[in-house]
Amino acid sequence: MVSEQQLSAIKGSKVLMVGAGGIGCELLKTLALSGFQDIHVIDMDTIEVSNLNRQFLFRQSHVGQSKAKVARDAVLKFRPNISITPYHANVKDPDFNVDFFKQFNVVLNGLDNLDARRHVNRLCLAAGVPLVESGTTGFLGQVTVHVKGRTECYECQPKPAPKTYPVCTITSTPSKFVHCIVWAKDLLFAKLFGDKNQENDLNVHSKDGSSSSKQAEDVFERHKEENLEQYGNRIYDHVFGYNTELALSNEETWRNRNKPRPIYVKDVFSSDLASQNGNLDKSSNGDPPSLSAMASLGLKNPQDLWSLKENSKVFLEALKLFFSKREKEIGNLSFDKDDQLAVEFVTAAANIRASSFGIPLHSLFEAKGIAGNIVHAVATTNAIIAGLIVIEAIKVLQHDIKNYRMTYCLEHPSRKMLLMPVEPFEPNKSCYVCSETPLDLDINTHRSKLRDIVDKIVKAKLGMNLPLIMHRSALLYEVGDDLEEDEVANYAANLEKVLSELPTPVTGGTILTVEDLQQELKCSINIKHREEFDEEKEPDGMILSGWIQPLAAEKNGKTTVDNEVSTSSASEAVPLLTEDDDDLRIIPTITGKKRKLSDVANERKNKRKAEEPNSKNDVVLLDDEKF
Amino acid sequence: MDGEELTEQETALYDRQIRVWGADAQRRLSKSHILVSGLKGTVIEFCKNIVLAGVGSVTLIDDRVVTEELLAANFLIPHDENMYAGKSLAVLCCDSLKDFNPMVRVSVQKGDLSSFGVDFFEKFNVVVVSSCSLSTKKLVNEKCRKASKRIAFYTVDCRDSCGEIFVDLQKYLYSKKEVDEMVECLLEYSSFEEAIAIPWRSLPRRVSKLYLAMRVIERFEELESRNPGDTSIADLPDVQKLRKELCEAHSLSESMIPDALLERLLASTTEFPPVCAIIGGILGQEVIKAISGKGDPLKNFFFFDSMDGKGIIEDISIVKAEG
Repeated sequence: MVSEQQLSAIKGSKVLMVGAGGIGCELLKTLALSGFQDIHVIDMDTIEVSNLNRQFLFRQSHVGQSKAKVARDAVLKFRPNISITPYHANVKDPDFNVDFFKQFNVVLNGLDNLDARRHVNRLCLAAGVPLVESGTTGFLGQVTVHVKGRTECYECQPKPAPKTYPVCTITSTPSKFVHCIVWAKDLLFAKLFGDKNQENDLNVHSKDGSSSSKQAEDVFERHKEENLEQYGNRIYDHVFGYNTELALSNEETWRNRNKPRPIYVKDVFSSDLASQNGNLDKSSNGDPPSLSAMASLGLKNPQDLWSLKENSKVFLEALKLFFSKREKEIGNLSFDKDDQLAVEFVTAAANIRASSFGIPLHSLFEAKGIAGNIVHAVATTNAIIAGLIVIEAIKVLQHDIKNYRMTYCLEHPSRKMLLMPVEPFEPNKSCYVCSETPLDLDINTHRSKLRDIVDKIVKAKLGMNLPLIMHRSALLYEVGDDLEEDEVANYAANLEKVLSELPTPVTGGTILTVEDLQQELKCSINIKHREEFDEEKEPDGMILSGWIQPLAAEKNGKTTVDNEVSTSSASEAVPLLTEDDDDLRIIPTITGKKRKLSDVANERKNKRKAEEPNSKNDVVLLDDEKF
Repeated sequence: MDGEELTEQETALYDRQIRVWGADAQRRLSKSHILVSGLKGTVIEFCKNIVLAGVGSVTLIDDRVVTEELLAANFLIPHDENMYAGKSLAVLCCDSLKDFNPMVRVSVQKGDLSSFGVDFFEKFNVVVVSSCSLSTKKLVNEKCRKASKRIAFYTVDCRDSCGEIFVDLQKYLYSKKEVDEMVECLLEYSSFEEAIAIPWRSLPRRVSKLYLAMRVIERFEELESRNPGDTSIADLPDVQKLRKELCEAHSLSESMIPDALLERLLASTTEFPPVCAIIGGILGQEVIKAISGKGDPLKNFFFFDSMDGKGIIEDISIVKAEG
């Protein structure tokens, strides 16, 4: 039971929940049962079948509807007299500005991606509203409390960048299945079905440095006289046969590696060429409910491992189905883990490539998990985490600062604990988000354009939504609805200019001010000119630093003694939670691509370094599962 | 694992959790039968979790007629007196739980838990009891132990902002991954009666104070023939008296069971929903582990106190002599 004091704090409060998914459903239920009477919920997603195993407020009949709205209706059934305000919207919408956030006593996050979390963190800091953060994956989870000036903010500890793979590993020397998935999804699938104008490294670079794409520019275009079978076979032979032959010609590459085996259609279907193309004609008579190569080939269990021949059949069949049944979408498709045919195509292509490179094959179920970055999720962990969020939220409402805790939900007990509370950390004095520490940017000011800074730093690294860039009092760049036409043109022109040639030149020693008016976040960037960057290691052609190294600097500070104590007690107790979180990005071609919010894949498993260098002491921070 | 494959429908619905525990575990879950008695907030949370997880069947026992107080932490029953008037908790919860997952059979068993025989319990793989007397707990636990096959037995109770889970898996053999190789592990559990009979002096060092406090209150209710959970702050002096007696009998300092803790546990019979969610979540996870054979099961008590936020495992078992 709760005390009278607690109860009145709960009843008088107005809370904002961001996310009505796995954690969100549990949280809304527990808030309502606990006596909260004014709850606002934001979620941009709609309900999917794979949500139903844990997002218990939703039913089969709700598939396709707004999560926030259905969750509200479901909770009002057992608590009809409370107020729940749903928003079927993106929390990054400008409507949810600092004033909007100011109306709440506490904000509770149950989000599935780093981008939105950072955004909410900034709005909470700007509005001065405490934030309770949470995340789960499988049996692991955590809840943290962020109160401006009292505890660290969500971004006080740098979050590691998503895993990226060098281009040549993906295009020429894959050694893991995930490399084959990335190749199949981001290169082959994108080339065949995606935006034709997108830069794409699918073709192998041969020994003399010339790309096979030059002479084979049109190899992926279907010839007029070609039927779909011929086209499929030609694509197959090109990507699994010819391209591999070409890669083999770089003898240097294979000196210390196992050589791949080129695979051609004729090798796989040596004897029964006639039957290679499945039963498309048959199945089209029986019109299958959803378009699936598996279905037309009679493959049922997604957990089965297919042979090379089966994979080849699926590949050719899926390709044929795309071109015959979904022709209109070709050119605009991007990989979607809920698109059965796309998953089949990518699985098959990745497996054929894997078999070429001597890498173990995987089932469709497994391949889908890797390609879609699907996070493991169960109802129980979400329920536990939601309970812990409400306990912290009640403390926050009572300003019970001494008792704020971060709590980790563990899979294996540590010092007898399955639920482990830890004192929150103090704010990081050199955090660019919650303190005003300037950042440093090494960049070639004679070569890089303003656009590079906007895309690769301001948006990608600093997570700003509507940025404004200033050099002293001169505005270099700005986004907004209320701009004059000449301003828009001016900023567009600036974007394409090299830094040193801007109207107010940006050179070594320049201090840029970057600001996001929505997030009310402002920071300074010291520009340092540097001539050369390592293409593989520093693919952005620029290096941002400043808040990345707070750890070493902090060690000497006296102010962090308390922090140290709590850190070491935490790190003693928390075992290393190893996550195999291979992400699916290739550098540099894919990083610039616009990705769906939900695709911001791997940021879900963020690792925080404890202060001891021993990696055993890492604490892993988790996101809410995706979908 | 033998047995039929998961259907397409099951694979789609359970996709995210199959990625946690695998298809074999999902098949085992779908063939398991769970009996649940005492439908207050924590158990409701538990039921939600296992119905979502996709067990084969859930049988509910609770003939109590629904009252406003019983609904305090219940999200299954609409807050409309016209709808629940006169109906039993089990019947109302059953209707609602069925809705969560059409692939799980949810049903009601009428009658008093203590009146059922071993043959009744034998129909289940897992028995979870809550809100029942000390003697019923012991009795049901013994019946489960007498069955011809293993029945996993659990008790769960929440008081105020604290919760307790007890687990008896009897002899439990499971395989566990240790540095790339699978190791067979055997755990031997004590019954509830055996566990709570262990002299307090022989308990693990710095055992959770909650364990001792719960035993005092449980004993008090037994002696006074109270309904489970039916105590109040007015009983504090008598409970303190009993604490003194028990501590003396066990040669343990009374300070091991602080007044503040007893007061909290007696202050109210209303449940604290966040604790229900936490305890119901841990219990759900444990039952899933026991059925699927995946993961280290909890041995044999779990405690959560929202005051310090710790969720602690205590092993309070008799050590059987070798041979």
